[in-house]
Amino acid sequence: MDYSLNELTRAYRLMKTIREFEERIRSEYQQGKLPGFIHMYRNQEAIAVGACLDMTNDDYIASTHRGHGHCIAKGCELEGMMLELACKQDGLCNGKGGSMHIADMTKGMLGANAIVGGGPPIAAGAALTAKTLQTGGVSMAFIGDGASDQGTVAEALNLAVVLQLPMIFMYENNFYAEFTRNPKPEGRIAERAGAFGMPSVVVDGSDFFAVHAACREAIERGRNGGGPTAIEAVSARYYGHFEGDPQAYRDEAELRAQREAGDPLPHFLADPRTASLDVKTVAEVDAAIFAELDRTVELALAAADPTPEKLYTDVYVNYEGRAMQ
Amino acid sequence: MKMSMREAINLTLHEEMARDNRVVIMGEDVASGQGGVYGVTAGLTEKFGVARVIDTPITESAIVGAAGGAALTGLRPVAELMFIDFLGVCLDQLLNQIAKFRYMFGGQARTPLVIRTMIGAGEGTGPQHSQILYSMLAAIPGIKVVTPSNAADAKGLLAEAIRQDDPVVFCEHKALYLSECDVPEGDYVIPFGKARTVVEGTDITLCGLSRMAVLAEQAAAELAAEGISAEVIDPRTLSPLDEESILASVSKTGRLVVVDESNPLCSMASEISGMVAEFGFDYLDAPVQRVTAPHTPVPATPCLEKDYVPSVADIVRAAKKALAY
Repeated sequence: MDYSLNELTRAYRLMKTIREFEERIRSEYQQGKLPGFIHMYRNQEAIAVGACLDMTNDDYIASTHRGHGHCIAKGCELEGMMLELACKQDGLCNGKGGSMHIADMTKGMLGANAIVGGGPPIAAGAALTAKTLQTGGVSMAFIGDGASDQGTVAEALNLAVVLQLPMIFMYENNFYAEFTRNPKPEGRIAERAGAFGMPSVVVDGSDFFAVHAACREAIERGRNGGGPTAIEAVSARYYGHFEGDPQAYRDEAELRAQREAGDPLPHFLADPRTASLDVKTVAEVDAAIFAELDRTVELALAAADPTPEKLYTDVYVNYEGRAMQ
Repeated sequence: MKMSMREAINLTLHEEMARDNRVVIMGEDVASGQGGVYGVTAGLTEKFGVARVIDTPITESAIVGAAGGAALTGLRPVAELMFIDFLGVCLDQLLNQIAKFRYMFGGQARTPLVIRTMIGAGEGTGPQHSQILYSMLAAIPGIKVVTPSNAADAKGLLAEAIRQDDPVVFCEHKALYLSECDVPEGDYVIPFGKARTVVEGTDITLCGLSRMAVLAEQAAAELAAEGISAEVIDPRTLSPLDEESILASVSKTGRLVVVDESNPLCSMASEISGMVAEFGFDYLDAPVQRVTAPHTPVPATPCLEKDYVPSVADIVRAAKKALAY
């Protein structure tokens, strides 16, 4: 498959943005400037970008607790994201969601999710909307290897097959379910999904082109009424389960090797298909990313907190009763 | 027109589906066969087709979660959770996902979803098909809880539930399905948070929830025969709760019996008693009486089940106790 320079630049920009966004928030978090829990996505960037590159705002994703990459790949603005991670009033969710519940309805981003396995039924519902209203849209659930064991995932797989929903189960096998090595061999997760009666495939999650090709096919299948697809993208987790987890449970030598082998950015730039993406363009893209991060971090840290009355707003669209007064 | 509660719900589903093509029905056995256990969704498939009346596998997490995801993205699903007891296998989707969408996404989300579910004992359906559980749901911010006690209210409240934009759990007491009353024809919508005064009276207030409003009305008739004027209030919606009407009645009568088929701890009976103790203390001439089920599961055996469910005699006894104080 051929890629235009425009597509290559876009894919690179998104992967690099995810990488640098996270490195920047990691640094701010370590300095105590960002609240809550954050979960790093490093070395899985090619999965989010390959998955979302062919989507429009009428396609949906349901994300996970490790969701910054999914947000950026789906088109969420860095400013709104940064404000949200800083839990400020003008954040995407007015500071009430934070990193683990960030969402952007205008972009079809139906939320990060702090319940492991919480997203797939919701994504199935979005796929049902697309099918019922015949929008041509598709819906994708991101699912970790840990979440793959949840009953909600099995229920969503089954429903998607029974109703032939335009849905993609995008498994991200990063080898670790929180602090525990997932004992399933590579490919087992895709095999399980396939057993429900949908096409399933295993790809190298650090290879943008492999992920993108698999997702393009799955998205086309969904748009054309061909039902759901499962993709298991394998890429070892780089950092700990959450920021601050020293990963004492991982073998150092293996981790070092996985970190180097699993970095999607050098893979991408070394691929002959990116030959048209020259050093100058890459440098320009990088510079723009760093400038935007500087701007948004400065803005977010200085921005206003939600005012006290915001505690009570947006529980319901309408509700008349003392409980909400 | 005289009809049963089951017929009124069926009629309302027909009317609302005809009114808005974004309304879809989904759940177990809703489309094929007889239209659910009690035939509540009978005839809808013939009229609206399987694209809008969707039979699902037995998969409550996926039913509730997908209904939530569909509501989030443009449909107005009426999902059926066959028995409220099945909350046990899908609560996360309601508690952590649907109830919180609007708040945690900073007001971006609308979730126009109705979950119809059967509640209540009295039919010999035993420990896992007879519970009330609405008190537990009313405790969750972000959802609304509705408990019609007759066919007319069922019609007006269901129409409102389907037309408004928040998630609603619509609790249908299975022992009321065949009870008949006059139901207004045409467009009939009852706003939430407005209690119905079933019987006017001056000596004591009987506040009955769901089927207990019917028993409270019977108790009022027995008390009337003894010269006691009981006022019967049916709140109709538990969240939002029409506290004003309950307090206004107590301010007139000075005495209150709350009749609730829930188990007693953390029940709506407790909530209403606490509310009146807090805001209506000066009106009270006697301690508030709670008539509830005991703190036990629902027994299958009819001989014990009849003692489990509050009876007219229990209500009369509680009323007399309050009057003798």
